[in-house]
Amino acid sequence: MSGHPTYQPQSAFMRWMERRLPIGGLIYSSFVVYPTPRNLNYWWTFGGILAFMLGVQIVTGVVLAMHYTPQVDFAFDSVERIMRDVNYGWLLRYLHATGASMFFLAAYIHMFRGMYYGSYKDPREVLWILGVILLLLMIITGFMGYVLPWGQMSFWAATVITNLFSAIPLVGEPIVTWLWGGYAVGNPTLNRFYSLHYLLPFVIVGVVVLHIWALHVAGQNNPTGVEPKSEEDTVAFTPYATIKDSFLLAVFCILFAWFVFYIPNFLLAPDNYIPANPAVTPTHIVPEWYYLPFYAILRAIPNKLFGVMALGASILILAFLPWLDTSKVRSARYRPLYRQFFWVFVIVCVGLGWLGGKPPEGNYVLIARIFTVYYFAFFLVILPVLGKVERTKPLPNSISESVLREGKPIGAQAPPPAGAKA
Amino acid sequence: MSSAEPTRRDFLYIATASVAAFGAAATLVPLIAQMNPDASTIAAGAPIEVDLTPIADGQVIKVFWRGKPIYVNHRTKKQIEEAQNVDVAKLPDPQPDSARVKPGHDQWQVLIGICTHLGCIPIAHQGPYDGYFCPCHGSVYDTSGRIRQGPAPLNLALPPYEFLSDTKIRIG
Repeated sequence: MSGHPTYQPQSAFMRWMERRLPIGGLIYSSFVVYPTPRNLNYWWTFGGILAFMLGVQIVTGVVLAMHYTPQVDFAFDSVERIMRDVNYGWLLRYLHATGASMFFLAAYIHMFRGMYYGSYKDPREVLWILGVILLLLMIITGFMGYVLPWGQMSFWAATVITNLFSAIPLVGEPIVTWLWGGYAVGNPTLNRFYSLHYLLPFVIVGVVVLHIWALHVAGQNNPTGVEPKSEEDTVAFTPYATIKDSFLLAVFCILFAWFVFYIPNFLLAPDNYIPANPAVTPTHIVPEWYYLPFYAILRAIPNKLFGVMALGASILILAFLPWLDTSKVRSARYRPLYRQFFWVFVIVCVGLGWLGGKPPEGNYVLIARIFTVYYFAFFLVILPVLGKVERTKPLPNSISESVLREGKPIGAQAPPPAGAKA
Repeated sequence: MSSAEPTRRDFLYIATASVAAFGAAATLVPLIAQMNPDASTIAAGAPIEVDLTPIADGQVIKVFWRGKPIYVNHRTKKQIEEAQNVDVAKLPDPQPDSARVKPGHDQWQVLIGICTHLGCIPIAHQGPYDGYFCPCHGSVYDTSGRIRQGPAPLNLALPPYEFLSDTKIRIG
């Protein structure tokens, strides 16, 4: 986009700085005058919410690390001490534990938005793949964090998840021993998980920088999926996107605060308030809600190796989405069939989440198998075929054509009849 | 400035890059090896001895060896018969009961109490075969520790052990 004003440092200090490190200009061009499509809806605010949640997790996490002891004999007690003795420790821990759930909630909405509006398509494939990498890093980081309190669920989550690697032929068992640093999950495992749980969020920050960089090269997608063509199609990031992002962030924080202050243990497993016991597996073992869909896919397949492969494939397949979807039209608004398959896909994902929390028996297994088949068929059959056979609706010529009439937003109050400016 | 003939400088580039690549790969050895069990962990994995006299008929005890739970099952006559009268060919992981106990010690079933699916600890005396049942993903084992139902691919593993006398075993 050309034509937007360039950065003019206002103070002598910023003029001095700009000649040495043009950070003011970078912020100005990226987050102030940066042109955003004028038709972005609230589903586009979750990127900002995710950045906020990453900040929350890092700040609360660094603070919690000041009070936590990564040693099997003290880990559980140190978490209890955080809850009871450390000033505001209860708040910081609940923010961190609930924050993980909020982080995943926002990430899943962000991804479904990208899928609905075809945000992964040319030229945003790398942007999308970086997002899939971020999801993977989040999954690994969240899992390792869950192990740290060293309760019953922590211990057995660590055991089950590391044992996924034992499904690999020949090298599986040595890999698992290597991951554990022993013959079972134990102190070496807890130590390394703590080290990596501290490291990975900063790796996430790095990939987020790449993600935003790629976003600013390709530009944002928008609900029509039509690229901005003129200045009329865009508005400045500040104040328009900034205010919209801030508003939904505030709403999101109300939800976050409601969980933290009123039902902080709603998303946590009660069994994790029992210290880890290597001799007894809890009778009903489930992961956190945000892993349940993947867990349901793992359990739906009655073969260990194929179950683990399906689990991995269900995440990795997302990276190939830009090439599996053969349709040239981005937005589901103009793809009547895709829209229906998409909503079925959303229901299947939520349904798999529900099934992942149910015992693996009877009809639950049957439904989980049907949903698993749909999950993969959506990517491997429906999307490739749909692009060839679907009759899409006509696209608007431009963003402004879809949202403006005579220069005024469609649905806005009718302008006064006389002296109205076009 | 490229010529078809490789020059001495090309050789130097390739040689330098090779040494650097080898050096980088060599540094990975300690970085990866440090995550394997350390000397004290290995030393703590020494064999243990278990006295069988206090284990009553039908009782299962759990001992730990290398951080793994080991089940020592004093099987009843009925359980032994059930374990032996199975059409081995129809099992997911075919193995006769005789291959899972020491000769002459049919009543003593010693196995690693770790589900071969994803490492949970099966509960003894549960499930349709009165053997072991894993609560995590529903794998069912019989009184010989053989997989009968569920996602686990293999029978419960047997630890290395030997009878020192009729009432004492050494595991490891």
